[in-house]
Amino acid sequence: MTVARRIIPCMDIDAGRIVKGVRFESIRDAGDPVEAARRYDEAGADELTFLDITASADERETLVHVVERVADQVFIPLTVGGGIRNVDDVRRMLNAGADKVSINTAAVRDPDVVARAADWVGSQAIVVAIDAKQVEADPPRWEIFTHGGRRPSGLDAIAWAQRMATAGAGELLVTSMDRDGTRSGFDVALTRAISDAVDVPIVASGGVGTLAHLCAGVTEGGADAVLAASIFHFGEYTIAEAKSAMAAQGIVVRL
Amino acid sequence: MGTIAVIDYGMGNLRSVARALEHVVPGGVRVRVTAQAADVLAADRIVFPGQGAARDCMRALDAQGLRDPLLKVAQDRPFLGMCMGLQVLLDHSDEGATPCLGLIAGRVHRFVSGERAADGGRCKIPHMGWNEVWQAQSHPLWDGIVDGTRFYFVHSYYAEPDEPERAAGITEHGRQFCSALAWANLFACQFHPEKSSAAGLRLLANFVSWDP
Repeated sequence: MTVARRIIPCMDIDAGRIVKGVRFESIRDAGDPVEAARRYDEAGADELTFLDITASADERETLVHVVERVADQVFIPLTVGGGIRNVDDVRRMLNAGADKVSINTAAVRDPDVVARAADWVGSQAIVVAIDAKQVEADPPRWEIFTHGGRRPSGLDAIAWAQRMATAGAGELLVTSMDRDGTRSGFDVALTRAISDAVDVPIVASGGVGTLAHLCAGVTEGGADAVLAASIFHFGEYTIAEAKSAMAAQGIVVRL
Repeated sequence: MGTIAVIDYGMGNLRSVARALEHVVPGGVRVRVTAQAADVLAADRIVFPGQGAARDCMRALDAQGLRDPLLKVAQDRPFLGMCMGLQVLLDHSDEGATPCLGLIAGRVHRFVSGERAADGGRCKIPHMGWNEVWQAQSHPLWDGIVDGTRFYFVHSYYAEPDEPERAAGITEHGRQFCSALAWANLFACQFHPEKSSAAGLRLLANFVSWDP
């Protein structure tokens, strides 16, 4: 009897459409976020994340409408991230129906934005996304990078995680920029170091290529939730297969 | 056919709550998100949601003149409290040392940092995710919902009623806590039915047809 570890499919959204699409059997429109969200709910996903990768500010407004349409029809938690600059952006997404908003670059630029947002809407709605790269090997040390992993901030990842949790983040989304897109597995040392350093839940992200990677995120990384994109979107594995694999490792999941 | 008032006192976005109710109500029933005392008093059923801090919730209720209407309708018609809408039904919350509505005797405490879960993991605060709800009593709102079904939670404080028989659901996060309360025409859940997929929609449908 314990809270289940969550599996969170993440969809990249550009101008209101899912980038690269999501492959389900008999799905009519692989790029439609509403249809994909409904399918993921039916398949047993515990939560959904939309990451806005839209470059232009005009088209960013379309994400608000995507969130409204999904939240009107799919009744599981929804997190929205990407391009959140200030408290107004947070409120706009929550009013559209998001349950949580993830803040990344804006928090590094102005750490106080996290405290202000949490004060306005409550910690339960504020996720801080931590993009980290390993900069020293022994003992390992990680630093925060922004702008999609291109720009170093000089901030130590563990200290930053503690600071963000204290400021009011209700959850931390930890992405290894070394592993993101490699399909070689999470950086479980990074996830474990942050999970042990804070009280708030940790979502592991970046690098999933197999179901064993998802399991390791929990058993080795100490993550409370695991986030993945491509292994689910392209039909390699179903959510049910992922949960079976985790349950077989003794991980508590919602079946 | 009747009206369900979803009380909007400025604590969190109610769009999902309203949409989930609209998803399950029979034709002719209106779901009305409202901050008006007159609407609350005129409604046939009351949904009382809430997010954020206990003190802010109580202040907002008073600022909008909703405390007395709420106390009245909580006596005489089907009433569903959700999340913070459960916690403020009790006498007192440790969150900001806040006196609450006192509709159910008991207090609200914070989870303790560092407690261990049944699987040996460290319990995180907030308690976030899908956890089992064990039905402490048979109740029309549990109709068709298997005992031990997982619902979606996100909270750092939990209710402890003085009278254990008020508990309708029990959940464990480091310790066992009361995840649902029931008394006469009141039902309240700490979890979010509007975010708990099919099981949550079933609970809302049960509320809509409940005749206490």
